[in-house]
Amino acid sequence: MNTQDLALRLTDLSGYAGYQFDCQPIPGETGVLQITVGDYEEIPAFLSVTDSQIICMTHLFNDHEVITAKRTMMLEEMLELNIPMPLSAFSKIGNRYVVFGSLSVNSSIEDICHELITLTENAAEALTVLEEYIR
Amino acid sequence: MSILKKIMTAVRGGAREMGELVVDANAVRIFEQEIREAQTHLRKAKYDLTDVMAKAMQASRQIQSLHHEIDEHEGFVVRAIEQGDEALALSIAEKISRLETDLEEQREVQVTFSGQVERLRSLVSKTERQIREFERQLSMLKTTESVQKASNAIADNFAASSSKMHSARDSLARIKQRQQEKFDQMSAAETVQSETMDESLTDKLRSAGMIQDKTSAKQVLARIKAGQG
Repeated sequence: MNTQDLALRLTDLSGYAGYQFDCQPIPGETGVLQITVGDYEEIPAFLSVTDSQIICMTHLFNDHEVITAKRTMMLEEMLELNIPMPLSAFSKIGNRYVVFGSLSVNSSIEDICHELITLTENAAEALTVLEEYIR
Repeated sequence: MSILKKIMTAVRGGAREMGELVVDANAVRIFEQEIREAQTHLRKAKYDLTDVMAKAMQASRQIQSLHHEIDEHEGFVVRAIEQGDEALALSIAEKISRLETDLEEQREVQVTFSGQVERLRSLVSKTERQIREFERQLSMLKTTESVQKASNAIADNFAASSSKMHSARDSLARIKQRQQEKFDQMSAAETVQSETMDESLTDKLRSAGMIQDKTSAKQVLARIKAGQG
């Protein structure tokens, strides 16, 4: 499976569980898809396919947006939220905090849709929960 | 050093800058080479093991046959003594003594081979464990490598589209606005539903004659008549 195939299949779907997907393939050495779930335009999911996994990621905020004095508390809260948050986990790439989920490359299109929706809803909820730590 | 520890060290050392990979292609190649070498060792150890096991079995068979031969010759000695042929008995006894020397030698050979079998068996299982461990680490390396490439590609894209990217505060404002809209829609729907229910109740009460419209034509007429009178 590659990102182009996936983009076509997601676009072909008229929607899933009441959500529409807007797919934008981003060309490059490693293919990346930018997917907007429903009207969550501000928190698009990014998807990439490796040999064994499909990785979906949503950007939350940058380091500089975090209130410095509350940073440790926030990190601790993120760790504690990792398990209750269904299918997604918090991570950090460089100076960006993200939520991500990964699936097997053999996942069905329905599983991928489910992941994208859950990830987006989790990202929205995580932002709401972590609001007190943000400048 | 474990692979996870290497990855952690690399991340702490700042190798996690965009575009720079924690896992270099060399590490993967070295691991693959180590696995291939371990597999060659394993094949050789397994070949040696079967060879030594065959030799040990051969020695066991030899021991059995020597025992049998000694028993047989001991019978001959008894018969020679019964026949009073001391000279024959002695020469048979000499033969038995040679056979016993052979038996002792074979026993030593068998013990040596059995020891080698044990040693090779443990070497085989040790090598198999090592290969499994190498393969686990290799799969971790490869996964880290590909996941890192993918995350970097995604992160590069965050960076490229950062002009379009909303700050967390903007995103939050939009999310809250959307939640409010959904909430408003739901309460509007609830209001409409409860109004409909109210109306149907009023209709029922009216048809049961329990409430009367103050503005019905009959009542208007009655009021005007009353006013005239």
